[in-house]
Amino acid sequence: MQCRFIIYRFDPEKDTEPHYQTYVIEAEPTDKVLDCLNRIRWEQDASLAFRASCAHGICGSDAMVINGNVTLACQKLIRDFTTGGNFVIEPLPLFKVVKDLVVDLEPFFEKYREVKPYLINDEPPPEQERLQAPEDQEKIEPALACILCASCTSTCPINRADSDYLGPAALLRAFRYLFDTRDTAAGSRMADLDQESGIWGCKTMRWCTDVCPKGIPVTKCLTQIKSAIKKKGKSG
Amino acid sequence: MDQRYDVIIVGAGLAGLRAAIELGQDTRVAVITKVFATRSHSGAAQGGIGAAISNEEKDSWEWHMFDTVKGSDYLGDQDAIEIMTRDAPRVIYELEHMGVPFNRTAEGKIAQRAFGGHTRDFGAAAVKRACFAADRTGRVILDTLWEKSVQRGIEFLHEFHVMSLLVENGRCCGVCVYDLSTGKIHTLHCKALLLATGGAGKIYKTTSNAMASTGDGLALAFRAGAPLQDMEFVQFHPTGIYKLGILISEAARGEGGVLRNKDGERFMERYAPTIKDLAPRDMVSRCILEEVRAGRGIDGKDYVHLDLTHLPQEEIGAKLAEIIGFARTYSGVDAKKEPIPVQPTCHYMMGGIATNVEGQVIKNAEGAVYDGLFAAGECACVSVHGANRLGCNSLLDTLVFGRRAGKTMAKYIHTVGWPKVSETLEKQSVQKINEACNTSGKERIGAILADMQLAMMENVSVFRHKESLAKTLDTLAALKARYRRVALTDKGKRFNRELMDYFELGYMLDLAETITRSALCREESRGAHFREDFPKRDDKKFLAHSVVSLNESGQPFMWTRPVTITRFEPKERKY
Repeated sequence: MQCRFIIYRFDPEKDTEPHYQTYVIEAEPTDKVLDCLNRIRWEQDASLAFRASCAHGICGSDAMVINGNVTLACQKLIRDFTTGGNFVIEPLPLFKVVKDLVVDLEPFFEKYREVKPYLINDEPPPEQERLQAPEDQEKIEPALACILCASCTSTCPINRADSDYLGPAALLRAFRYLFDTRDTAAGSRMADLDQESGIWGCKTMRWCTDVCPKGIPVTKCLTQIKSAIKKKGKSG
Repeated sequence: MDQRYDVIIVGAGLAGLRAAIELGQDTRVAVITKVFATRSHSGAAQGGIGAAISNEEKDSWEWHMFDTVKGSDYLGDQDAIEIMTRDAPRVIYELEHMGVPFNRTAEGKIAQRAFGGHTRDFGAAAVKRACFAADRTGRVILDTLWEKSVQRGIEFLHEFHVMSLLVENGRCCGVCVYDLSTGKIHTLHCKALLLATGGAGKIYKTTSNAMASTGDGLALAFRAGAPLQDMEFVQFHPTGIYKLGILISEAARGEGGVLRNKDGERFMERYAPTIKDLAPRDMVSRCILEEVRAGRGIDGKDYVHLDLTHLPQEEIGAKLAEIIGFARTYSGVDAKKEPIPVQPTCHYMMGGIATNVEGQVIKNAEGAVYDGLFAAGECACVSVHGANRLGCNSLLDTLVFGRRAGKTMAKYIHTVGWPKVSETLEKQSVQKINEACNTSGKERIGAILADMQLAMMENVSVFRHKESLAKTLDTLAALKARYRRVALTDKGKRFNRELMDYFELGYMLDLAETITRSALCREESRGAHFREDFPKRDDKKFLAHSVVSLNESGQPFMWTRPVTITRFEPKERKY
């Protein structure tokens, strides 16, 4: 079928304003949107810039806005849309555009680094593995599917209003380590998160959960952080 | 960014990151990666990492070693395989201590599952050896190692593409890189350089590999004069999603899934009576295509079914969450209720840059090494996988030999001074790149790429033959001629992907030729290399590594290196 791709173009080196450029290609209903972008680049316009790598929703490179929704270009097929073969493609909101669909994710990773995204445990490890009950491992399991594609953080309305807010992706990572029974820094982690720019920035709007391409219950995980901090506050 | 580092690591997958972590805090190290670190293809690994830690069933490293040797069709070097399988339990505990969130047994130990070709008692029956985190084992290990690097403050040069190595008088002294975000070319000097760039699956039309898997490190080393070993051995994973090649992990069969032909028959029972669907990948891929050739593909087409419908739904929903999602998104199939259409997909390069067990790149038949040049992971050939890699041995390979390369480099940099890089070499390299950027013609990168991928898929994949291989060499020569007439149309500096595509295609054309040439020379069938005109293994003539390198006039020539055999004499390979 014939598809029209209306794509956001902006090269800060030579453009003063962003503009939209239209490309027409033949595509199969089972083609991914990413396949179409690749074809446009290879067959029509090599200067179109976007990021992509694994092409099956596991590396997190190609989050962008397709027909108004934040999603992964490799995870959506042409047949998933009911827009009569018309596609408007734009870069992720919130971040500065480097070129076309490529945005500067450094602020995203800066927030991520703030939550100390690594296991803290200074006790000498045993000779073999540390034991962990399967139900304890399952508690952090939902967060392990995160691919750092930035879909949630770029969508979150709080993030758009408050640039200090850690945002759902960084908080989800905090969740992953806070509830890992092998981590010994829960106290200081909770103190770090117990702020308006931390966990209390979350107003349970659930946009993060709706948009997550990996189906992670982000809001639910963030709510568990809130409960843990409240419980700790009560117990002094 | 500095101009000078003690160590430069190219590639931020598991091998590169593990090496970086091994280097002391006082070492100036930069990790160069053309994609953001967490986008590295190690993150796509699904099923598990092998180690005989006996958490579920009695196991031993000797059985793991035997399975790996037999799986390699006796082409793996047994000294290297022994190092890897003996080191495996330590690797697992180290990962666990770093924070890798493995699945657990009821007693809280690391859970293990069955995997293709892994057995107890030297082949008696399948054994649970693969340590795993659902079906995202690579993802969680990559995240953990990256986060460890963040904690350590390791410097990353993200979205930098390597265009050439600076190698002079047998010493590697740096790299020429292209900064994708600015379009600037830089030369960086170092005492030691590690290539950890992963695989090259994009040479083939159907692959499980990422767009970034274009074999850069292999081609860079080859062009700098280093030998590539066992390049004909390309693994086709039996279960890629039909038409797309997206990986459906062997864990699906490890958890009890079975392959069925159009009659619903579990055909692997006929081919491998002992371990059936858990036979090694080379065999299962051939069996699928044999079924297709015999007219037993689904609807007479070139695929079969992977059936998970008889398994406990809740359990596989959790343990195989990712692949169930892939089947739903890309095939529209609910894998809990209907079978997944699958066919073999290009997955892994057993061959690569010839190295010794310390990660040093070898330069000649005597085993002499380059100064300052190292390689680890999929781009290297130690060789632990020989003619066919077993599932869940690749993550292990990256971590064992990434660490060893890190250790070797840590010592090495204290024994040498800074290299003197001759200005001519540097200028020549930059000039070459500039010339390439200003090429003019009418050919398009995408068209040449598609032609190469199709030719390799049709003629140099699971089944091979003298005539089709020879024909492919001609095709590749013609494609190279077209490559020299490519028109580069994007004249912008920022995020110029076309330039990266152009270099990647050049790398892949060189590698496609080494694969085809090596396949033509090996007139026998072994592991993943099956010659229809020579269907038997021939140990008398071919129990040796094939090696290809450039001669003084820049032409590829073939030679061999002996295989190291210590504990297990070659036998007929039956499962």
